[in-house]
Amino acid sequence: MNYGDFSFIAGFLREKSGLIVTPDKTYLIESRLSPIARECGLTDVVQVIEAVRRDPSSKLARAVVYAMTTNETMFFRDAHPFETMRKVLFPKLMERRAVKKVLRIWSAASSSGQEPYSVAMLLKEYFPIDGWYINIVGTDINPAMLERARDGYYSGFEVQRGMPIQYLMKYFDQLGDRWRIKTEIREMVEFRLLDLLGDFSALGSFDIVLCRNVLIYFDQPSKSKVMNAISAQLAPDGVFMLGGSESVYGLCDKYTDVPNLRGVYCLKQDKAWQAGQPEVRQTGTASPLHIIAK
Amino acid sequence: MNSNAPKVCMIVDDSKAIRRVISGMLSKLNYSVLEAEDGACALDQYKEKHPDIILLDWNMPGMDGLECLKQLRAMHEANRPIVVMCTTENTMPKIVAAMGEGADEYIMKPFDIDILKNKLEQLGLDGEIPQ
Repeated sequence: MNYGDFSFIAGFLREKSGLIVTPDKTYLIESRLSPIARECGLTDVVQVIEAVRRDPSSKLARAVVYAMTTNETMFFRDAHPFETMRKVLFPKLMERRAVKKVLRIWSAASSSGQEPYSVAMLLKEYFPIDGWYINIVGTDINPAMLERARDGYYSGFEVQRGMPIQYLMKYFDQLGDRWRIKTEIREMVEFRLLDLLGDFSALGSFDIVLCRNVLIYFDQPSKSKVMNAISAQLAPDGVFMLGGSESVYGLCDKYTDVPNLRGVYCLKQDKAWQAGQPEVRQTGTASPLHIIAK
Repeated sequence: MNSNAPKVCMIVDDSKAIRRVISGMLSKLNYSVLEAEDGACALDQYKEKHPDIILLDWNMPGMDGLECLKQLRAMHEANRPIVVMCTTENTMPKIVAAMGEGADEYIMKPFDIDILKNKLEQLGLDGEIPQ
């Protein structure tokens, strides 16, 4: 791939998805687009780029965007955000929503579904959700990923990454060499096609929005745009969660951090979360999740 | 034992090749490694060296992994070892059986170093206690 090819595809990806690909990530283009070259009978990635150049609105061009924007994911990824939800966010929100008994959670860029299903398992495992309307929405730009997520089948590798065996025993059925997340968990999650740079005002209001390790690939104006748009979808006392290396500062002035909760932000006008929360300590990477409550 | 010493993990597997691969992973994760080729050998080594963690294969000639697990748990020791089954027996009934006999975790083969690291961390383990 020469510099001209790289510049073209980087510009195309930035325009279509906000994704930033720097020259040191050329290997990512090679590794993600090689399967497309094989599937389409093209000799290499350069030919894929040529095809996108010829018709930037083709099916192949869309496949390129999907392949490049697919996020790495795993069940209970990073563990700490799930501990924060378990120990602080859900107890507080359920106390505040005790009359209406409605909770809505949005997992933005949910890829193959591990994050929203992890939230569903966490709620099922630790909270008395009978009688509650729990609506977890997973969104992604890639229709193939959404279909995979809806089906809820995972390989032996995928179910072992991040997830204690007790969750597999309790919330999955084995079908041959694959594992399918049980209907009771699948029914808690709905998946929708959504471009984070598009209009998502119709999604409604959420109590928690998870947007972890998604915006790291976006340029600054796109990050600001998405963060601002998400702030409009948050309940007045809702929270916005970013990945460990991300922050709202310098990008969006709608949020402020929730004291003691790493990566958790609330709206500036909300005073309840800003009053301070107990610090969530962690012993191992995921050890508290290993303790099954029931 | 020196509190700053690496944790000791015993790999119990009848395949020398598999022991070598897992041993390489554990070394990268800062564990000290012992090896045993079947259940009986594992029990002997356990009594002598008291490893912190045991990665236990299921199907082995002589005493198999499940029988070894039962005997380990029958010892009723104060500091019982953490036992992680590590096997190609990847069906739900087998998982349920091993967990019912007192296994702490279950790794289905094939697996990679990330899965091993993650499972050990979930059990609150780090290879080495920082100085």
